[in-house]
Amino acid sequence: MNLANLSPLAVLLPILGAALAFLLIRHHTAQRVVSIGILSATLLLECLLLISVWDGGTTSVTLGGWLPPWGVVLVVDQFSSLMLVVSTVVSLAVLIYATGQGMADGDQEAPVSIFHPTYLILVAGVSNAFLTGDLFNLYVGFEILLTASYVLMTLGGTGPRIRAGVTYVVVSVVSSVLFLIAIAMIYGATGTITMADLAIKLAELDQGTQNLLHVMLLVAFGIKAAVFPLSFWLPDSYPTAPAPVTAVFAGLLTKVGVYAMVRTETLLFPGDTLNVPLMVVALLTMIVGILGALAQSDIKRLLSFTLVSHIGYMVFGLAMSSVAGLGAAVFYVAHHITVQTSLFLVTGLIERRGGSSSIDRLGGLAKLSPLLALLFFIPAMNLAGIPPFSGFLGKLGLLQAGVELGTPLAIVLVVGGVVTSLLTLLAIARVWNRAFWRKPEDAEYPDPVLKTPGNVGVLPRTMVGSTAGLVVFGVALTVFAGPLFKVADGSAGIMLDRSAYIHSVLGDSVVVPPLAQPDETQNDQTPTDDARDG
Amino acid sequence: MSINLTLLIVMGVLYACGIYLILERSLTRVLLGLMLLANATNILILSTGGYAGLAPLFSKETNPETYNDPLPQALILTSIVISFAVTAFMLGIIYRTWVLARQDEIQDDLEDVRVAKTPSFDAEDDAIVPLETSEFAVTPAGPANPEKQDATETPNTATTQEGGSA
Repeated sequence: MNLANLSPLAVLLPILGAALAFLLIRHHTAQRVVSIGILSATLLLECLLLISVWDGGTTSVTLGGWLPPWGVVLVVDQFSSLMLVVSTVVSLAVLIYATGQGMADGDQEAPVSIFHPTYLILVAGVSNAFLTGDLFNLYVGFEILLTASYVLMTLGGTGPRIRAGVTYVVVSVVSSVLFLIAIAMIYGATGTITMADLAIKLAELDQGTQNLLHVMLLVAFGIKAAVFPLSFWLPDSYPTAPAPVTAVFAGLLTKVGVYAMVRTETLLFPGDTLNVPLMVVALLTMIVGILGALAQSDIKRLLSFTLVSHIGYMVFGLAMSSVAGLGAAVFYVAHHITVQTSLFLVTGLIERRGGSSSIDRLGGLAKLSPLLALLFFIPAMNLAGIPPFSGFLGKLGLLQAGVELGTPLAIVLVVGGVVTSLLTLLAIARVWNRAFWRKPEDAEYPDPVLKTPGNVGVLPRTMVGSTAGLVVFGVALTVFAGPLFKVADGSAGIMLDRSAYIHSVLGDSVVVPPLAQPDETQNDQTPTDDARDG
Repeated sequence: MSINLTLLIVMGVLYACGIYLILERSLTRVLLGLMLLANATNILILSTGGYAGLAPLFSKETNPETYNDPLPQALILTSIVISFAVTAFMLGIIYRTWVLARQDEIQDDLEDVRVAKTPSFDAEDDAIVPLETSEFAVTPAGPANPEKQDATETPNTATTQEGGSA
C-alpha cells in the first residue's frame, strides 16, 4: 500500500478533531484530550509520510475522482513532508503549553473553550497549504488558516487585541484578494490551476505575461511571509495576541508564505528572472527588520522584528536558485520555525514569572529562575547563530552558497547576513543583560513579583515542560543536522529539477525536460536580454 | 475568447471604489471596500471563463463547445463563501470596537507612538559617564570646584536615565 494515500488525513484529522472538540465545548478535560490526541496522531502520520519520502521520491494523491489536470491533487515530497513534521511538532508543543496555561488560569469562561477547535482548524489549514498541488486549493488552505488565525488573534476581544486584529485582518484579506486576482489571471492565461500543469503551460507564455503573473504571486505571498516592504503589519499585530498564539503564528504562518514563495520560484517560474530583485528585498528585510528590533523594549515586539529580519535569510537562499542555496534555505526554515516558537513560548513564561515582557521592568531573572534563563539562553543563542547550534549551520550553509555564487550582489548579501547575525546577537544580549543579569532593583520600574523567590505556582509544569521539549527539539536539529541537511539538499535538488513533481502528478508520459531545460539554458545564455527587458 | 466589456467596466469601477474605501480610517468603510474588492475579483474570475455558454449539465446531444467553463464558477462559489465568513467576522470586530471605544476608527498603536517619540538621545549609551564609577559615595573632602561637579553629575545621570525612559 502506498503511504502517500494517507496524506489527506493530515488535513482531515485536525478538521474532524476540531468538530469533535467543538461538540465537547462544555467538557474541558475531554476537549483537551481530544485535541492533543488528534494532533499526536497527525504527527505520527506525518512522520510516516516523511519516512516514506526520506530518500527522495515524490508521490501524489488525486482527490474527488477528477484526474490531475482538472482535479485537486495532494503532493508529498521531501520539502512538504519535512515542513509538515516540523510544523506539527511545533503546534503540538504550543497546544500542550496552551493547555497548561488554561488549566493554571482556570479557563472556565466561554471564549477560551473556542481555542481548541480553532487551533486544530489552523493546523489543518497549514497542512493543506503544505500538501496541495493545486493553486486554488493553496488559496483555500491559506484562507482556512487565516480565518482561524483571525479568531485566535482577537481571542477574548480586549481593546489592544481588537485594534491589532483589525490591522491583521485587513492586511491578510488584501493579500488574499491579490492572490485570488493572480489565480484568476493565471487561469485566464493558461486554462489550468494545477501546479504541475502550470509548470509546463506557464513556460509557453511570453516573457512579459510571465513576469506579471510571477510578480503578482510573489507580492501576495510576500505580504503573508512579511518580506520587507510588505512586513509592517507583523510587529504591529503579533505581540498583542496571547503568548501561545503569538508563538504558533510566529513559527508557522510566515513560513507558509515562504513555502508558497519557494514553490512559485522553483515549480511555476524556474530560472533567474527575478533573482536580483529578490536578493535586494532579502537584504533590506534582514537589515531593516533587525534595526527595528534594536529600538524595541518589549521582548515580544523585539522578537517579532527578528522574525521579519530572519525571513530575509530564507528569501536570500531562495533567490540564489542553486541546490546549495535552496537546501540551506529549507534547513533554515525548519530551524527558524522551531527556534522562533520556543523563544515566544519562553517569553510567555517570562511574562508569567516577571509580571511583564518589557525589558524596562524586568531584572534578575537569572537568579530567580535559572531554568527559565537556560530555556531562554539556548534558543536565543541559536537564533543569533552562535557556533554549535543549528542557526549557525543554516547561516553557514547560506553564506557558503552565496560565496559559491560569487556575484557582487551575493557577496553584499553575505556581508549583510553576517551583520544581521551580529545585530541579532546585540538585540538578544540586550534582553539577556536587562531581564536576566541585572539586579531587580536596577530595573526602571521593577515589578514587585521580582522580589518573591521561587517559581512555585507561577510556572505550571506543563508549560515549562512543553517549552523545554521544543528547546530540546531545536537542539536535536543541531545534533541531527547532517541527515537533515541531506534531506534539505535532496529536496532542493528535486524542486529545481521539477520533473519528479510533474511526473508524479501528470504521469510519466508528460514531457518535461524539453520545456524545462531550454528555459534554463536560455536564461543562462542571454542574461543581457533579461537585463534589457527589465 | 470573446470579452464582455460591461463586465470589465463594472469590475474596474468596483476595484477603484474598493481601493478608495480601504484607504479610509473608518472601519465600516474599510469593510465595504474589502467587499467591493472581493466582488470585483469574482467578476474577474468569471470573465476568465470565456464566452457565456450553456449550463454545464452533461447531455450526449450537446456539442461540448457550447458549454460554459464550469471551473471559474466553482472558484467563485468558494471565494464567495470565504468572503462571506470574513465579512461576518469583520462586522463582529467592528461592533466590538464600537462597544469598547465608541468609535469605529483605526487606533494608533501605543508602542509605535512611544518609539516614534523616543529622542535619539539614549540615556544608557549617550549620557555623560560619571567620573567616579565606584559604588561608594564620593567623600565631601577636597577642593570646592571638583566636588561640586561630582556631586551634581552623579545624580544627574540617574535622573536622565529615568527621564529618558519615562
